[in-house]
Order: sequence, then C-alpha cells, then structure tokens
Amino acid sequence: MSARPSGVMRYRHMITGGLLVLTAIVAAVVSFYWTPFDVTQLDIANKLKKPSAEHWFGTDHFGRDIFSMIMVGARTSISVAIVAVGIGMAFGVPLGLAAASRRDSLLDETLMRINDLIFAFPALVIAILITAVYGASAINAIIAIGIFNIPVFARLTRGAALSLWERDFILAARVAGKSKFRISFEHILPNVLNLLIVQGTIQFSLGILAEAALSFVGLGAQPPLPSWGRMLSDSQTMISFAPHLAIFPGLAIVLTVLGLNLFGDGLRDYFDPRIRRDSR
Amino acid sequence: MLRFALRRLLSLALTLVAASLIIFVAIEIVPGDPASYMLGLNAQPETVAALREELGLNVSKPQRYFNWVGGMLRGDFGTSYTYRTEVTPMIADRLLISLPLALYALLLSTLIAFPAGVIAATRRGSGADLAVMGSTQIGIALPNFWFAMLLVSLFAIKLRWFASGGFPGWDTGLFAGLKALTLPAIALALPQASILARVMRSSLLDTLGEDFIRTARAKGLTARQALWRHALRNALIPVLTIIGLQFSFLLAGAVIIENIFYLPGLGRLIFQSLTQRDLIVVESVVMLLVFAVVLVTFLVDVAYAIVDPRLRRK
Repeated sequence: MSARPSGVMRYRHMITGGLLVLTAIVAAVVSFYWTPFDVTQLDIANKLKKPSAEHWFGTDHFGRDIFSMIMVGARTSISVAIVAVGIGMAFGVPLGLAAASRRDSLLDETLMRINDLIFAFPALVIAILITAVYGASAINAIIAIGIFNIPVFARLTRGAALSLWERDFILAARVAGKSKFRISFEHILPNVLNLLIVQGTIQFSLGILAEAALSFVGLGAQPPLPSWGRMLSDSQTMISFAPHLAIFPGLAIVLTVLGLNLFGDGLRDYFDPRIRRDSR
Repeated sequence: MLRFALRRLLSLALTLVAASLIIFVAIEIVPGDPASYMLGLNAQPETVAALREELGLNVSKPQRYFNWVGGMLRGDFGTSYTYRTEVTPMIADRLLISLPLALYALLLSTLIAFPAGVIAATRRGSGADLAVMGSTQIGIALPNFWFAMLLVSLFAIKLRWFASGGFPGWDTGLFAGLKALTLPAIALALPQASILARVMRSSLLDTLGEDFIRTARAKGLTARQALWRHALRNALIPVLTIIGLQFSFLLAGAVIIENIFYLPGLGRLIFQSLTQRDLIVVESVVMLLVFAVVLVTFLVDVAYAIVDPRLRRK
C-alpha cells in the first residue's frame, strides 16, 4: 500500500503484529509442557461452563478447558502453515530461479505453464482431491496448502530474478566465469530474500486461514488433535446457548492472522528503501 | 486482437486438458471398485459385473478417460454411483444456487469496496482513510466461515430476521430466494471486499499521482472531475484482475459457506459425494470449478486486451 505513516506509527503496527504472532507461538510452544487443564481429560460435570476465574474461556460440551484447547490448537495451525510455506519455498524458489536464469527457454515456458495449471485449482479443490484419494488428515492439509504455495513463490522469485539478471553486477559475475546456477544462488537469491520473507509472512497467514477452513469442514486435522477450525465446527450447533465456544477460537484465528499481516506490512516497508527514506 | 484471443483460447484448452488428466489420474488411483462399493459386501459377482458394465467401468483406463471427456464436451457427466441418476441435471440444479450466490457475493463485495476504496484514496490520511484501512485489515483476517456463524447467531437466532439455513427454491419467488442467500453472500463478500477496497485505494492513489491527472487539473478540471473522468477509469485495471480472481475464490469459498447454511449447492454436493465415495460426482464438480476459474481468467485477459492494446503484443 502506498500509505506512508510516520516511522513511529509504522513500527507500532509492526510491533503490535509481532507481539500478536509471538503470543500465538509462545502459546503453542508452552502447550507442549504445560496447559492450565489437560485437554484430553473429559469433565462432563463441568460441561459448557461460561468463562470464569477457573476456566478463563469457559469449557466445551465435554467439559474440556477452551483456553487449554486453544493453546494446543495453536500448535496445529502454526505447524501446518509453517510447513506449507516451507514446501512452497523449497520447490517454488529453485523453480523460479531456474526459470529466470533461462528466460523464454522451454524450461521457463514449461514451468510457467505448470504454475498456471496449479493456479487453476483453488487450494480447497486441491484439498478435496487429495482427501478423496488419501483421506482427511493434517498431513494432507499441509500438502494441499503447500502445493498451492509453490506457484506463488515460483512466480515471485522469477519476476524479481528476471530484473536482476539485467543488472551490471550479474554481468560482472558472468564475465568472471560463474555458472548460471552459482549466480542464481550466490547473487540472485540473496537479493530476492527480502521479498521472499515478506511473501512468506503473507502465505503463513493465508495458511492459518486455509488450515482452519479445512479442519472446519473435516478435511484437516482429525480428532483427538485439537485445531481452531475443528473447535469452531464443533461449536456450530451450540452457538445459540454457548457462544463462547465459537468466539474464542475465532478470535484466536483473527488475531494471529491480523498479527501476521501487520508484521508482514511492516517488514515490507522496512525492506523498501524508498519508503524508509521518505519517512525520515 | 483476434490472434491474441485465439492464442489465449488455445492456452485455455491446453490447461483444461492438463487439468482433466490430473483429476482423472488422481481419482483413478483411489483404491476400491465403485460397483462393489455400491452393491455392498454380499453382492453376487455377476451383479457386480453387470453394474460395472452399466457404469462403463469395463473398458481400459485411457478409453474411460476419453469417454469421460467426450461425455463432458456433450454436456454428459455420467451417472452418479450413489443416486444412480444422471450427474448433469444434479450439477445443473446445484449451480442454480452456487452461481447466483457467487454473483451476489461479488456484487456486494464490489458495492462495498468501490466507495470505501475511493473515499480512502481521495481523503488519504484522514480519519475516514484510517477507518477504512483498519476495518479492511480486520476483514482480511476474518475467516468467512466464522463470520458466517456470527451472522447466523445474530441475524437468525437473536433477531430472527433471516432463516439460519436452507433454501426455499427459486419457485417460491425471487425475493425469498435472494433472502435465503443474503447472509451467505455477506459472509462470502466481506473478506473479499476488504481485499478489493485496499487494491482500489492503492491503485487510485498511484493513478492520482500520474502526470496526466496533473495535466487535467492544470487544464482547469476540479479534483472531482479529474477523479471521475480520468483517474477512476485508469485505476480500474488492477481492480478488474482482482474481481476476476475473486469470482473463482467465491465459487470455491462457497463450498464451505454452503455447508454452514445448508444450501443445496455445488459445495454440499461435493462433500456429500466425498463421504459417499461417489467419485464420478467429485470428479465432475472439481472439473467444473477448474473450468470456471480458467474461463474467468481468460475473460479477464481478453477484457484487459480490449482496454489496453499494449497487452495484446505479449
């Protein structure tokens, strides 16, 4: 976006975003060692309790503590989204670099057409296909979101790398006798890294939304693995008399995604020297 | 222009062929025989063989692929394994809900995003701009299915303005049909409107900074005239792309929203078919969704080339 608020204002957004994301990550990590209550422990006597001093976010229809479930659910959401971004980068970036180093070659043309082809399948449709074949699981959700991420990173890398290949310092490296492969990794990659990091945070937030959506319709994480999307799906029939079941997991998703987006926007501005200069 | 359109059409056809191959191969590797699945454990081998014959499962795989694609080209999607009826009328019935829903959502999204984007861009830095940017930031982070649940709990359960789900059918009247689609359309539209408003704002800001706008102002046009006569038209190009992309997102996103509102559209059909292992239906609906995405991309590309002749060359 071309809005350029003052430096303090912009960093405030980035810091707010960073803190929100950090909270989710800390909750996920801490949940491996400690949660206020055991999420596998059923306590029917205390079912559907409203938020209280004992159960901060209330309890669900099995008497499980919602706050603890959200902490454990953070693990699923974050790990699915991170691995999916990893898959997208691990395949997309080398493909994009290779395509750019051989511009307009058969390789470039083929890679870009395959990219277009993957774009024709919305992520959810890929997930449906994978589920139809292999069944629903968190792993298949990761693969579905990951496949969708590949063309995103391939396109971005190719686009940025193409303009770099025209630059003098690349010409110098070529004159020095470096191969296209070495130039791609030693000179092009470090120069597109900023872009990749920013896109990575965007895809990370989209991954959290996608994982929640897949789990919501039963195509993602399966019981007993808690996930924010499935908590929402479970709460659907009880929203009229126990709205807290739907409100807290939903807020967890919104705040984490919002945090990632704010952080990503801030990072993009930070990496963009033009904007940094303007705000001085 | 014709050459450009033909070249894009060829690329569209190739993408569809490749997509159909992927979908066919993916579904073909699913273990199990549909005929045995339909008839249950105690079926006689002769009955299974007869059903396999009836479903066209006895021919070789390449032959089955060509039968499937040939059938689709004639508008025949085959026979559902579960319901034993033609898939084509099933899909057509469901499209009568999914398509209007996606279009309704697209219309709402555009109606919200345009004024919001224009206000934010023309009053950059003002309170209105901050409000638009803040609310779009939240809108983007909002999962549409959660938003749908909140809408149901407020407007259907508490206020009782709308039904919480279901569809009365178009024969009960246009108003009743649209009313049933209103909450789902809002749920689908709001997150998309947030993205669109931001694109509209940034595209308009870029255009307003261009030399030709300064020239228009220098010639004596007021800011409002320059905006309406010159800036908006030029700012629309990136916005059109996003609208095109959003249509496919809306069709795919409707898959989830339809399940929340119990709307008998393509989304519910695909999930029912998945649980019943009615793979011919899954195959056909997925192909149809891919076709919709590719077709919209093609139309956006052609619309672009009409608006901007420079794009025809590439």
